Amino acid sequence: MIYLQLFLSFLQIGAFSFGGGYAAMPLIQSQVVTLHGWLSMSEFTDLITISQMTPGPIAINSATFVGIKIAGIPGAITATIGCILPSCILVTLIAKLYLKYRSMTMFQRVLNSLRPAVVAMIASAGISVLVSAFWGSEVSLKLANINWNLVIIFVICIFLLLKVKINPILVMVLAGILNGIFP
Amino acid sequence: MQSKKTILIKLFISTLYLSAFTFGGGYVIVTLMKKKFVDQYHWIEEEEMLDLIAIAQSSPGAIAVNGAIVVGYKLAGIAGVITAIIATILPPFLVISLISVFYQAFRDNLLVSRMLEGMQAGVGAVIASVVYEMFRGIIKGKDPASVFLMIGAFLASCILKINVIDIVIVCGLIGLFRARMDRKETKK
Repeated sequence: MIYLQLFLSFLQIGAFSFGGGYAAMPLIQSQVVTLHGWLSMSEFTDLITISQMTPGPIAINSATFVGIKIAGIPGAITATIGCILPSCILVTLIAKLYLKYRSMTMFQRVLNSLRPAVVAMIASAGISVLVSAFWGSEVSLKLANINWNLVIIFVICIFLLLKVKINPILVMVLAGILNGIFP
Repeated sequence: MQSKKTILIKLFISTLYLSAFTFGGGYVIVTLMKKKFVDQYHWIEEEEMLDLIAIAQSSPGAIAVNGAIVVGYKLAGIAGVITAIIATILPPFLVISLISVFYQAFRDNLLVSRMLEGMQAGVGAVIASVVYEMFRGIIKGKDPASVFLMIGAFLASCILKINVIDIVIVCGLIGLFRARMDRKETKK
């Protein structure tokens, strides 16, 4: 039953992504690419790119995108509900407790231990994205198969982001244009 | 305070607006929420809002959605939660639905597919720079346990290919254990 699968997958993404921003990315990759094969790695990378350039959290965007691809609009709605359900329950509960007791130090301490792991997992997912970009659908990761154009674009982007501090959306658009005009 | 209906309508419109026009993720949107609900409408007090934002950021799930939930709950209970959530997810849902319809056709166009290919390298660079900044933050914290957790989680996920959910659970348990140890020490 595809709706149930979509629902349960995105339920797990919603329940286990701590820290916002890219924190959901490794979970989405694990569920959508590795476990279920709903998207190829290259489609997944496109999805992350699209998410960056449109409003809305990555997890919600992914739920809509994957849901539609796998089971149309009803699939998108199912996946989106799955994705926000854990937040709805947990956050309401915590907000209720907070408004009553006004203390949450224990919770934040637990979070301090999760943060380094989240960084590590984003790094790991980022490596998959780069491998997919540099080698495309090539299976063997040899230097001979690498797309050097994209490596050069990557280096330029890193420089622009870290040294010149240009807006990430502009950097991505620039990367697209560079690869479009220099075949 | 205004009637509940006015609050819900205002809540819906302002959350919808924030969600539709905020690029750059959850951290940006909760700051804008603070501006709207604390500085402009005076519905929530500054200090309370900061704590609500902390809850939104430390709970699982997307920060923008969590932010909508805490603000909605504070202002109008469960009805507020539902109103704020619908307003938050409606814009991305519509935009991505539209894009999905055109994606296949776009992907087959040679120029678009070349540009998307280039953007894959671009998004890789964006992720790399985010990871670099976060990594520096952890290292600057000078907490050996954090660095150890970071390296361990990286090996587990990248080399051993352990499921990310298992990694989150294990690190959460370690955090719980450490939090209890800290508490015992401060009691002494």
